[in-house]
Amino acid sequence: MAGLEDLYREIILDHYRSPRNKGSLETPPAHKTEGFNPLCGDEIVVYLVLDDNDTIVDIKIGGQGCSISQSSASMMSAAVKGKSVAEARKMMASFKAMMSIHESDIGGDGSEAEIGIGGIDASDPAELKLGDLEALRGVVKFPVRIKCATLSWNTLNQAFEELSAG
Amino acid sequence: MTFDVQAIRKDFPILHHLQDGRRLAFLDSAASSQRPIQVIEAMDLLYTTSYANVHRGVYRLAERATNAFEAARSKVAAFIGAPSHDEVVFTKNATEAINLVAGSWGRANLGPGDAIVLSLLEHHANIVPWQMLAAEKGFEIRWLGLTADGQLDLTDLDRLLDGAKLLGVTAMSNVLGTLTPIRVLADAAHDRGALILVDACQSVPHQPTDVVEMGADFVAFSGHKMLGPTGIGVLWGRAELLDAMPPFLGGGGMILNVTTEGFIPDAVPAKFEAGTPPIAEAVGLAAAIGYLENIGMDAIRRHEIELTSYALRTLHERLGDSLVIHGPCEPAPRGGVLSLELLDVHAHDVSQVLDEHAVAIRPGHHCAKPLMRHLGVPATARASLYLYNDTDDVDALADALVAAREFFAP
Repeated sequence: MAGLEDLYREIILDHYRSPRNKGSLETPPAHKTEGFNPLCGDEIVVYLVLDDNDTIVDIKIGGQGCSISQSSASMMSAAVKGKSVAEARKMMASFKAMMSIHESDIGGDGSEAEIGIGGIDASDPAELKLGDLEALRGVVKFPVRIKCATLSWNTLNQAFEELSAG
Repeated sequence: MTFDVQAIRKDFPILHHLQDGRRLAFLDSAASSQRPIQVIEAMDLLYTTSYANVHRGVYRLAERATNAFEAARSKVAAFIGAPSHDEVVFTKNATEAINLVAGSWGRANLGPGDAIVLSLLEHHANIVPWQMLAAEKGFEIRWLGLTADGQLDLTDLDRLLDGAKLLGVTAMSNVLGTLTPIRVLADAAHDRGALILVDACQSVPHQPTDVVEMGADFVAFSGHKMLGPTGIGVLWGRAELLDAMPPFLGGGGMILNVTTEGFIPDAVPAKFEAGTPPIAEAVGLAAAIGYLENIGMDAIRRHEIELTSYALRTLHERLGDSLVIHGPCEPAPRGGVLSLELLDVHAHDVSQVLDEHAVAIRPGHHCAKPLMRHLGVPATARASLYLYNDTDDVDALADALVAAREFFAP
């Protein structure tokens, strides 16, 4: 049985108590996308400003939710700010791989899986440069909370889709 | 018969399982109750000795199954004071029962210029079916609001009901535990020529029910919240209303005749029970009702009032101002549902810590988002009590909430 400390690392609680890039941006020029977790009612609002080179020049996070969804959104905003959309998408893939690899390990002995899925090895530092986001690794031991951790990324992905669709 | 909660607990096998070596405090019966061995055995007995499809075969097994199924209908009818067992329609759950009223009565009776009234206490099950129909038929949905302590605000009731054809209202809020004055609401609705549909999902399991005394036209509830199995619910409706309503789902078992030109529907309740019904589930529900009757619904209600009072007092003493308990402050106008908000800790996180202490509660919006918006909270941690809960469960809840507060303290 995974303990609470596996889930609530200190850095997660730090992001929860002092969320980075919290707030809103004027739309336009910012693009606004809302994401919902219909199971628990968590809401994430992503405000995004891209420049002509598809660089994320500004991002703000609104909405409300539990410590996992809010800290994940805070960490995400800090990680992608100043990065290109392509780089952010790579991080998104790495983050979701980290979540899904462990998801496949549910019911196992609870040790961290080292086997990659789809050719991505989440334990390989070359694939994962997630920084603070690594702290969310423990979430996968609590399967019902994975959706909390991925909500902000799914919302960001939706924002990218909306922007590329024009 | 005296109410002996420890004797009752012995009948519920799942409550004997330890979680991480701890006694489980199951405080989520408002979502779905647990069931006693008597219910499980009744369903087993049907499957092992008397199961066949109902209303069709002429062999003895089929006759036994049909008799058991129809005896369950009569058991339900007697339990809720229905004048006739033909007024009891078996559905999948209360949600389907309300969809039946919307899809049959509503579709036949509501159109542009019409209105219905719903309360802000409603579960999505008594909101969304009406919104779906309104989008199609173009009638108006009006909302009955709340007082500061989570009771229905009846000030504007007559104005809201003016010209309305239906009042849809819960008998007990699944979020706040608020008990609503159904008889008063029914009389007000009838004075204005409106019908009243009562979502009794949370009330039927916990207190005596008499549909005639309520003055209701339709009453919906689910088996799985009252010690019965999942997959069965009940719609009770006044005979003349059900008789006049068109069928809801079409299929086998609901017709008198079918030709290439069309069909003639059967009489109530068969008209509303297309397809093979939940047979073993009906037998399980009847066993659950037998169990509840044996203990007595009055005794169960008294136990829950006592336990709710204990919980309100204990939580206030242990957590003081760091815990908000939404809904009526007194135990009398409420059922055993406590919507809790631990300051600065999200309900989801509260629930996670509580699980570590083997306390099972429900975090979230409880399928009542309009109510949550009205309360101004995204989520609450809901603890709900039933006949098998005792003061140890409440103490475990208080201990775990104190631990959650400490864990998340800055």
